[in-house]
Amino acid sequence: MSVSPAPPLLEDDRERGLFRVARRAFTSDEVLTRERQAIFDDAWLYLAHESELEANGDFLARRVAGRDLLFVRGKDGQARCFFNTCPHRGALVCRERAGNGAMFRCFYHSWAFDLEGRLVNRPGDEAYGAGTRAGGLHDLVPVPRLAQYRGLWFVHFKGQGVDLPTYLGGAREYLDLVLDQGEAGMEIVGGTQEYGFEANWKLLCENSFDGYHGLPTHVSYFDYVKSKPGALVEIAIRGQAFDLGNGHAVVQYTAPWGRPIAQSVPAWGEDAVREVAATKARLVERFGPERAERMATTNRNLLIFPNLVVNDIMAVTLRTFYPTAPDRQVVNAWALAPRGESARMRELRLFNFLEFLGPGGFATPDDCEALALCQRGYGSVGGEGWNDISKGYLSDEPQVDDEAQMRAFWREWHRRVTRATP
Amino acid sequence: MNAASVGATRDELEDFLYAEAALLDAWRLDEWLALFVEGARYFIPPAGAEDDADPSTSLFYVADDYHRLCERVKRLKKRTAHAEFPRSRCRRLVSNVRVVEGDAARFTLTSNFVTWRSKLGVTDTFFGHHLYEMTRVDGALRILSKKTFLDQDDIRDQGKVSIIP
Ligand code: FES
Ligand SMILES: [Fe+2]
Repeated sequence: MSVSPAPPLLEDDRERGLFRVARRAFTSDEVLTRERQAIFDDAWLYLAHESELEANGDFLARRVAGRDLLFVRGKDGQARCFFNTCPHRGALVCRERAGNGAMFRCFYHSWAFDLEGRLVNRPGDEAYGAGTRAGGLHDLVPVPRLAQYRGLWFVHFKGQGVDLPTYLGGAREYLDLVLDQGEAGMEIVGGTQEYGFEANWKLLCENSFDGYHGLPTHVSYFDYVKSKPGALVEIAIRGQAFDLGNGHAVVQYTAPWGRPIAQSVPAWGEDAVREVAATKARLVERFGPERAERMATTNRNLLIFPNLVVNDIMAVTLRTFYPTAPDRQVVNAWALAPRGESARMRELRLFNFLEFLGPGGFATPDDCEALALCQRGYGSVGGEGWNDISKGYLSDEPQVDDEAQMRAFWREWHRRVTRATP
Repeated sequence: MNAASVGATRDELEDFLYAEAALLDAWRLDEWLALFVEGARYFIPPAGAEDDADPSTSLFYVADDYHRLCERVKRLKKRTAHAEFPRSRCRRLVSNVRVVEGDAARFTLTSNFVTWRSKLGVTDTFFGHHLYEMTRVDGALRILSKKTFLDQDDIRDQGKVSIIP
């Protein structure tokens, strides 16, 4: 039987320097189904940071790619991750977002599980055959793979495939530039921002490291920082885009805003300026002048394929997002900071964060609006037509405001959604 | 604790809050800002936060000092505040007005609210409660700080807090 070939999703024409993505990629239910199989069920997905699960007995209930998970630190100190569904009839076992405890009890028929996921109480146990006790049949089901990279925990819904360090590949160098900022490690500050909006998830992949939109979209943010004497220094936004392999990519660039690690601005006051200078000197001691300079004065917007964004800008944010429909996504965002940072620096960091980022920031709401309007636009041509991602295609050194980083994402996306299903 | 114990009447406090809501509904943001004393602060803690939430340990949506509050108002009036251009239509209901503690010079006032925001065919609902630190300047009620608690579990539906709820 012959199948008529599907219309192309990507046009990648080196000769013409033309790179386009079919708008169907943002609107089609079939594409989303394919993404679930070829991407979300077959990639390392970000789950949580180690600082969110500090003590034995700590747990987090979190939804990853539409699956409810339960992330637990056991009595033995080991982190484990289970599907948050009762092996009896399926109810959500843990209904709290986070906490500390010794066991989990499903309220429906009161089956109880220890922190290692083992069934420890089953009311009316004598009415069950001995055979139902063997083989962990009624234990919580662990996710097939759980691994961490320097405190960032990831899950994988397939048992086989490349391990996490191999998967991260070229992105590790850039993650290290962020994770090395805290001499005593890093921590999540103050919980999760949980929001959502009406736009395909891949639009946020693009937007999170889109250097082209910064000035036009966020002019009102720049107006604001300029209103504050000494809030900016005379440094141009300049840098490059890098394809890191496996669909990961990054833009790295200098910028005029202050960074607690470690570029001060006069508006922070003399004490803070001195403190940042000391922080930078310490970076030089730890990593040498070149790497210290890179950590201190360059910004990074990094995408770990498919959907972990690490933006090391005026503050550090982690962000992950999932489709609930072709035209809708939910977002979880966090602030990441060096452990043991001084109270003053922490205050400046969070002040910086909220200035730009998050649902009440001076920038993020406008990003969400832009993406929702793109999504809306696809409807006007019935999901047909093309998005253009050609900027800087023919350049040997693609710049921060080019689109090479997006092309890296899209090529891996395309490779996956079009490859033969096993 | 009631209105009388801080030298006010319920009518006066309610009228103040209704007038504030009317200014926001009408997008008269400069006049709204004038209800605050210089140096005032403005906060929106994360959805579902407790009343004692602290912006130095918890990731708020908004934690403005006075300068940023003034700039927030300025920004919201610009065409380049894209999420609010063209302006959304909003309507605020305010009730359950109570004095929590304090004296005539400085007291804590709370109210419950529902705010609807409508734009481009989408209507979002915000509900919660406000906590005001109030004072008087030349006899008139003025705001020292305002905290807006969104009492929904998260803002998955609304996605952003681009208005002053
Ligand atoms: S569904 Fe959990 S005990 Fe029955
Ligand atoms: Fe942006």
